[in-house]
Formats: sequence, C-alpha cells, structure tokens
Amino acid sequence: MALPQAKLDATEARLAPLSMPDGSVWATKAREDALARLNTMGLPGPRDEYWRFTRPDTLNAPDAPEAALFAEDENPAFSDLDRLCLVFRDGVFDSDASDDLSLEGVEIMRLADATQQDIHWAKDLYGVLEARGQTPVARPFAALNTAFATDGVVVRVTGKPSKPLHFRYLHEQTDSDAILHFLVKVEEGAEVTLLEAGPAAARFNKCFEVDVADKAAFHHIRSQGRDHERRAVTHIFARLGEESVFKSFTLTANGRLTRNEAFIELTGDNAQAHIAGAAMGDGDFHHDDTVFITHDAVNCESRQVFKKVLKNGAVGAFQGKILVKPGAQKTDGYQISQSLLLDEDAQFLAKPELEIYADDVACSHGSTSGAIDEEALFYLRSRGVPEKEAQDLLVLAFLAEAIDEIENEEIADDIRSRLEGWLLRHRS
Amino acid sequence: MLKINNLHVKLEEEDKQILKGVNLEVPAGSVHAIMGPNGSGKSTLSYVLSGREGYEVTDGAATLEGEDVLEMEPEERAAAGLFLAFQYPVEIPGVGNMTFLRTALNAQKKARGEEEVSAADFLKLIREKAKALKIDADMLKRPVNVGFSGGEKKRNEILQMAMLEPKMCILDETDSGLDVDAMRLVSEGVNALRDEGRAFLVITHYQRLLSHIQPDVVHIMADGRIVKSGGPELALEVENNGYADILAEVA
Repeated sequence: MALPQAKLDATEARLAPLSMPDGSVWATKAREDALARLNTMGLPGPRDEYWRFTRPDTLNAPDAPEAALFAEDENPAFSDLDRLCLVFRDGVFDSDASDDLSLEGVEIMRLADATQQDIHWAKDLYGVLEARGQTPVARPFAALNTAFATDGVVVRVTGKPSKPLHFRYLHEQTDSDAILHFLVKVEEGAEVTLLEAGPAAARFNKCFEVDVADKAAFHHIRSQGRDHERRAVTHIFARLGEESVFKSFTLTANGRLTRNEAFIELTGDNAQAHIAGAAMGDGDFHHDDTVFITHDAVNCESRQVFKKVLKNGAVGAFQGKILVKPGAQKTDGYQISQSLLLDEDAQFLAKPELEIYADDVACSHGSTSGAIDEEALFYLRSRGVPEKEAQDLLVLAFLAEAIDEIENEEIADDIRSRLEGWLLRHRS
Repeated sequence: MLKINNLHVKLEEEDKQILKGVNLEVPAGSVHAIMGPNGSGKSTLSYVLSGREGYEVTDGAATLEGEDVLEMEPEERAAAGLFLAFQYPVEIPGVGNMTFLRTALNAQKKARGEEEVSAADFLKLIREKAKALKIDADMLKRPVNVGFSGGEKKRNEILQMAMLEPKMCILDETDSGLDVDAMRLVSEGVNALRDEGRAFLVITHYQRLLSHIQPDVVHIMADGRIVKSGGPELALEVENNGYADILAEVA
C-alpha cells in the first residue's frame, strides 16, 4: 500500500539529518531492517487513528523544537537511594559522571561497544521486540529509534544485583534531540530494579526492549523530567516468560508533550505484567499513555492503572488495549484510566479496548473523569484541614492506586515526596 | 459557648427559606438536644454552623465564645473548637484514617499556635481513645470510613471528636443506623467527653439516645424555628405523643 505523499515527504524530511551509527554486521542489519519498516509505515500523521489524541508534528519535525532548561533541580529523583547511576547528557552517555559499571549479577555495556561485538543475546533482542510490536498497530517512532539510536546501554541480568540501576538523563542544551535505545535481558530467575529520571533533551526518543525470562522479575520506576517545554516519545517493548514479573511505574510531572507507549506480551504461563502511571499537568501539557498488552499464555495477570491530574488547559490521553489470544485461558486482565480535572479547562481523552478470543477469562476496564469530591473536601476542612492542604490530600488519594504499584516502599516514598512538592508548587 | 440569634438561612440554589429565625444559647458545660419532625431545619442548622457550602445566611448571627463563626472558613471554625459529627460520614478512599486524623489535629494546633503532636505521642493517644470505642487497629489503618459499617462510621466520628477535643460538639443524628450496643458505645464516648468547658448540641429524632446522653435542655424545632424548650421530659412527651400536640399548642 503506497503511503500518501504528505507522509512520504514528512518522513523523508525527518530522516534527512539522521545518519546510522557504525556498528558490526549484525547491528547494521538490524538498523537497516528497522529503516525499511519505517519507510513502509511512514511517520505518524494527524489522520492516523492511533494518533487521534496526540499531534505528532513536533515529534516529526526535522529539528527538535527548543525547550528551556528547568532551574537547577535541587533534589533529583532517587538521589537518596543506594543505586548504580548512569548519566546521560542530552542523550550522550557520560562515563566520568557515571558510577563504575561493575556490579555483581549484572553486565552493563554501552550500546556502541556491544554492537561491535558478537553478543548473541543482544543480537537476538535489538530491534526484535520492537519489530514484533509493529503489528497490529504501527509504532514508527520506535522503528526510527532502532534505526538511528545514537547511544544507549545493554544490560544483562544474571542474578539479583544488590541495588537498582539508575539511568539519569540530564538536559543541558535547549535544542538537543536525543535518541536512546536500551536492551534489558533478565535471565531465568534473575531480578532487577531499573530507575529512570530526568528530561533527557529538548526532544527525546527512547526505546526499551526488555526480555524477561522464566521466573525472572523486572521492576521499572521512572520519573520523567520536570522541564516544562521538553517533548518525549518513549516505547517499552517487553516479552514475558513463564512465571515472570514485569512491573513498571511512571511519574510524569510537566513536559509539553509526552507519549509513552508500552507493548507487552505475556508469552509464558503464570506471568504477571503491571503497568501504572501518575501524570500531573498544569498549563501547556499533553500526556498520552498508549498501552497494548497481549495475553498469549495461560493464567497470566495484567494490570493497567493510569491516573492523571490536570488543570489549566492540560490534556491527558489514554489508549489501552488488552488482547487475549485464543487459548490464553484463565487470563486476569484489569485496566483503569482516570483523570482528576482540577478546573474546567482541563481535558481527558480515553479509549479503552478489550479484544478477547478465549472463553475462560476475567477482564475489566474502566475509565472515569471527575472533579475533586466536594463532600470529601468539606469533611476534611470541617476537621480543621485547610482547603489547599485538603485538596492536595485528595489528589494524593486519587493517585494512590497507581503509586501502590511500586513495590519498594523507599522508592514509593521518593515518588510521593515529588508529587507533594509538585502540588505545593502548583497550588492556585 | 454557642449563641445563635435570629438566624435566617436559605438555600443558595433555590429561593427557599429553611431557617426562619433560630434563637438558641448553649452554655459551656451543658448538653442541649434538638428534636423535630423531618424537614424542620435541624440538619441545616448543623451544616450552616460548620460552614458547608450551599446555604446563605440572610439574617441573624451565630457566635462561638463571642466570635462570629459564620464569617469563618470551615477549617477556622474547627480550629476555634467547633465540631460536627456527621449524620452521613464521608468515605475518602486513599486517605488513611490515621493520616487524616493526625493531619487534622496538627492543622488545628498549628492554627491555634500550639505545638504539633509527634508521631509517637499521636499513636499512643489514638490507641488509647480507639480502645474505649472498640475501634481496632485495622479500622485505624483503613481509608477514612471506606468499608465501615454504619455503626463503625459513627464510632469513628466520636473517635475524631475525642482526639480533636472540640469545645462545642454538634451531633447530627448520631444515633441513626445504630444498634443498641453501638448506641451505648457511642453514648459512653460522648459522656466521657462531658465537662465544664465543653458544650453539646445533640440533634436527634428519638428519645432513646437522650436516655443515654442526658440533656439539660430539650428544644423542639419546627418549620425553621425553635418552638418549644424544656427539660428532658419534653423528649419523653415527643416519644409518647409525637409532635402533633406540641405543634398544635404553639401554633
């Protein structure tokens, strides 16, 4: 099927300034395959159904729109935790600023180094899960990422490292355009916690491919940077083996445009995938969570919990799908997307979907949009809690179900304190 | 303690007068009860005093220890010592009962310029008060009123009252939905708080509660006014004969 001329032109214009980094034979092949995929699908246009809630034009533009830097972050996320920190400045790995990469139970290597070697597991993963995630719905920015990623890290988890890994993304140039690609392979029985924090760049395209083997566990908590003008499109592609666990939580406070996509396949029996998000927007803020979960094994559980607090013109969008394939019996799928609209200018758009081809499943989805509960607010105030404080308490209560998805209490507290800080700064 | 003078109140949304000149004085150390038929304005009186939105005071005044309460925000009224035990306590998913109470207590103390209570002292205090009301640790941990039975919700109201130690306690149909045992627990909780510096206004439909919480004065409210006041025997009269006789008598 030929692409419309406008799409071809836009795609060509976007690709013009990009060049493929050098790599080994396997890496170049993977990148060229991705470019071929991208040229077949083209970059998203305003008429694409999958982009009906979010305008892709600034993500498509040949140059990154400028984004002012946020004032010095006096207390960066996760900085109080014992962790192994990897620093990226505007999308470039900074080994001097990073911790030593050796840690028992995990092998960490820069993508550029990994692609020069014949690392079987990386070769079998790079662009592979991304390619699987291109059907039934195209994800062109992910293909673009695989083809042109300039940096990134590959992580192989063989044991249970004593501390979390932390990718810290600094944004220091107002016009930076970063494309990062990460591979994570969690071997059988292994377990890792991965933290991500920071705005990364004026425009950030990030792709994760995560392979969670049998009985392995992957915990992911990210705090997307609070630079007001940054833009980001991110993808997580994950494949889950038998009895494996995948848990991902994202806090998004600020950012002009964020599109977070997740494509998760439960391919082994008794696997568990939880994906949650809390997004806070005030003013020029557009946040889109697009999730696609495929149940392709027996007795698996999936949970999607997305909460958005919006005010002053902020827009939240959610597209979430649970696909239960034939034979995926005893599936337990849950999906909830809710928004709390703090004023009448905020907007929430939601498209929950279920597609089920097995007969012994329990799937539920719900989507709501509402204001602060005036009764609850009065009740709190009648006990002496001042109005603003009472309102913040109710906002945090609204977000609680999403934050509760973070298993580690210390990390959950860090996220909570960031939310409290945001609420304090955004009291009206 | 509480003085209400010629209070006129109408609903904001519709032009409907609910209170039509309420006069009432509840001195410190006393328990006053208000009884009256449905729609007489009893609950409206409690809401207006606690600062709920949706009501407009068209005339009259209400003061707490000489301070105009009607000018205050709800949280200021609470800090000044006013407490309303809700007829229908509100469920607040996601806010833990203990967090809620500690936030409220410290907010009040802060507003009054008093020292806040430490986490340890608070825990000690709440355990002691909860025990008397047969509120277990689980109920304290759960979100505010979520999944509580009717009786548990009312006991939770009394627990809040015991923790916040208000000067003026208004109980709005606290007996509704209570079985005999729960009514006794709640009444004991209230009676334990009776003292010289505190006053109670007990709104109820039934004499039954007043046999547990002995009032000093009973008022009958009808059509937005207090139409008759008397001793505890007035409640018995209502119980036995209903409101018809009294209303006919004052008409």
